[in-house]
Amino acid sequence: MSKSYFDETHCAIGHPKSTFMQWMLTVDHKRIGLMYAAVMFTFFFIAVATALAMRFELFAPGAQYMDGDTFNQAFTLHGVIMVFLFIIPGIPAVFGNIVMPLMIGAKDVSFPRLNWFTFWLYIVGCIVALSSLFNFSDGAFNFADTGWTFYAPYSLNTGTNVITTLVAAFILGMASILTGLNFLVTIHRLRAPGMDFFKMPLFVWGIYATAWIQLLATPVVGITLILAILEKFFGIGIFDPSKGGDPVLFQHLFWIYSHPAVYLMILPAFGIMSEIIPVFSRREVFGYRTIALSSASIAGIGYLVWGHHLYTSGMSDLAKTIFSFLTFFVAVPTGVKFYDWVATMYKGKIVLSTPMLWALGTMVTFAIGGLTGVTIAMVGVDIHLQDTYYTVAHFHYAILGGVVFLLFAGMHYWFPLITGKMYNETHAKIAFWLNFIGFNVLWFPMFIAGYLGMPRRYFDYLPEFQIYHQISFWGAIIFITGLAYMFYVLIQGWRKGESAGVNPWRATTLEWHLPTSPPPLENHTKVPYVDFNPYEYHHGEPVVKFDENMKRID
Amino acid sequence: MSHEYVPEIAVDREGKEHEVQGWQDDTYGGKLGFWLFMFTEVMMFGAMFLILTYYFSLHHQDFINASASLNRVLGGVNTVVLLFSALTMGLGLLKMRSGDVKGAKLMIWATILLAIVFLGIKAVEWTAEYQHGVFLGLEALQAGNEFSKPFGEILFFGMYFTMTGLHGFHIIIGIGIMLWLLKRINAGKVTPHHHILHFNIALYWDLVHLIWVFVFPYFYMIGAGDIAGVVNGH
Repeated sequence: MSKSYFDETHCAIGHPKSTFMQWMLTVDHKRIGLMYAAVMFTFFFIAVATALAMRFELFAPGAQYMDGDTFNQAFTLHGVIMVFLFIIPGIPAVFGNIVMPLMIGAKDVSFPRLNWFTFWLYIVGCIVALSSLFNFSDGAFNFADTGWTFYAPYSLNTGTNVITTLVAAFILGMASILTGLNFLVTIHRLRAPGMDFFKMPLFVWGIYATAWIQLLATPVVGITLILAILEKFFGIGIFDPSKGGDPVLFQHLFWIYSHPAVYLMILPAFGIMSEIIPVFSRREVFGYRTIALSSASIAGIGYLVWGHHLYTSGMSDLAKTIFSFLTFFVAVPTGVKFYDWVATMYKGKIVLSTPMLWALGTMVTFAIGGLTGVTIAMVGVDIHLQDTYYTVAHFHYAILGGVVFLLFAGMHYWFPLITGKMYNETHAKIAFWLNFIGFNVLWFPMFIAGYLGMPRRYFDYLPEFQIYHQISFWGAIIFITGLAYMFYVLIQGWRKGESAGVNPWRATTLEWHLPTSPPPLENHTKVPYVDFNPYEYHHGEPVVKFDENMKRID
Repeated sequence: MSHEYVPEIAVDREGKEHEVQGWQDDTYGGKLGFWLFMFTEVMMFGAMFLILTYYFSLHHQDFINASASLNRVLGGVNTVVLLFSALTMGLGLLKMRSGDVKGAKLMIWATILLAIVFLGIKAVEWTAEYQHGVFLGLEALQAGNEFSKPFGEILFFGMYFTMTGLHGFHIIIGIGIMLWLLKRINAGKVTPHHHILHFNIALYWDLVHLIWVFVFPYFYMIGAGDIAGVVNGH
């Protein structure tokens, strides 16, 4: 048996004997991606547990077992973990690391040691974020209670542990910047000979657009968080109205990053969709260039729409109108992508494997999430729906039903590549249906509750909203069962599954043309010359074939 | 990293050979990566200049009054010192390229010396301001007490100490990485044929002095219309 990347690795410092130290010091992009996944999903389940705790509290009106302050800390913990620790590193940190270099025929990312350093910077950020959780005072938790947005002036005045959370967010931001930087240089420099930008797989395009956002938007929020920290230490007054500062300025600076950040989350997810749809339709992707360029234009327009978070914060009517129209424009390239995916499936030989099921499910949930986003981009409607469960449901349909669902789709799609094994298809499909149904039962009632006026971030509510919260609760139970089942199926697949072979899905991109499964340490034995498009199918069969030296033989 | 790296060859269908770019020995990639990192610095300081401009438009006269009280002599000397250090840094890189390693090391030492002079003058300035009761956290920069300055001046000095402080932090980091560069040169890891580290540190230093070139007029010069202020300083 040939050696895979599980058996040997390159290390940042020396060549330690113990397997554990080899993992800690590894510079191999595949191992680093796997470690990101392990840490991220651990935090994901902590945040899911927090969300479930809030659902229990909201099962009936009035206080059940949590007081208002604890509830505030719970939703802040949920938001901080989900946003900063899970979904912002998200798909780039896991699949950008593992799959992107394989897709472009590179041996590793451009700066493997920087990649190793970045991973540990991320871990430091996680530790700092959690350290504020275990800081007890007066016998109670003292986690920040500001919500993940840290709006001034409340974040400047609250007695809870905001500073550590701000520091953590800053460190995690640094890690995100360095990941983006590494990927940008990798994509510019290490593509296989012959592969120009319009021969790259679409996932790489998604990662590329994302990396620019990580690089250019994150420093703005970084400095904003630093100013907020200095504000808390020295009272410099930048965001404090009692010293002439402007709290709305904080919101502007925060959303200049944090709105592009949602495109930073969704663009690589769209990339995964663009990989799965042609492979399981056995058809060349429709409108390759429009999908690639729409990623770039979403990233570009996404910079200019942050003001739609501030319709009720005090902004001129002219600015509101402009931001509203700019926000509508983002829907255009997104719509282009959707039509391209549907057109790709038209007359294709559709194979309903688990990754395809997840992708199709996402087309439903993200369509709902995206279109409700257009409704609240309208100033008049948003005045009514701002800070209600409608907005919360929109966000979760777009991010959970869009980004996380596609992350799961990618997990099922690249599972045989990463582990060399195959999971049980039947059980994986049942897990999908549990998740899909549970998710919709959980979140759809919240649109209605929000539309009727249920405000977000409240631990109590009027009795007429009880029915929606209770439906949501049962949805949450189904959803969490589905999540646990899905991970069980995948873990069982890794432990006991059958060997998958090099290319189980009959896909065309380079990551499926590796010499062995799982991949060897330095990826392709020989780098191919790329004079073909990424998704070439003819009568449902892949066109491009290689011999063992990665020379084309078709 | 490894200097004996031999690039791989990819063969196309016609049998033509194409050199594969690896991550090893990728000088262009190293430059590109560092330029991208410089973008992040520009965005970070850019956001602070944005804040500064916004408050300048709100509190015009307060900003000019606060600026007039800064010490333009020390600030001006520091600007010259930093510009000179950029010159020595650039000369060092030229010497490294032309193979004069000893001259390059001398120039890096000169840059470090000038950087320390800059920090020293900065320390004198900050100490004087502290003794005048103007410093982060002191009463004059807090609202609602008898020493309180007007809103605009509080914001001006808040940003002044934040931005010059952050800039000073970059100078300290710069001294650190220059010392590291000297160590790498002595160890033979940075040579006239392989000086990407030297190139990138010179680039960093250029950005640091360039930021100062914008910081200096925005803080020190907007209040310079009052000629007496130039003479009197504090």
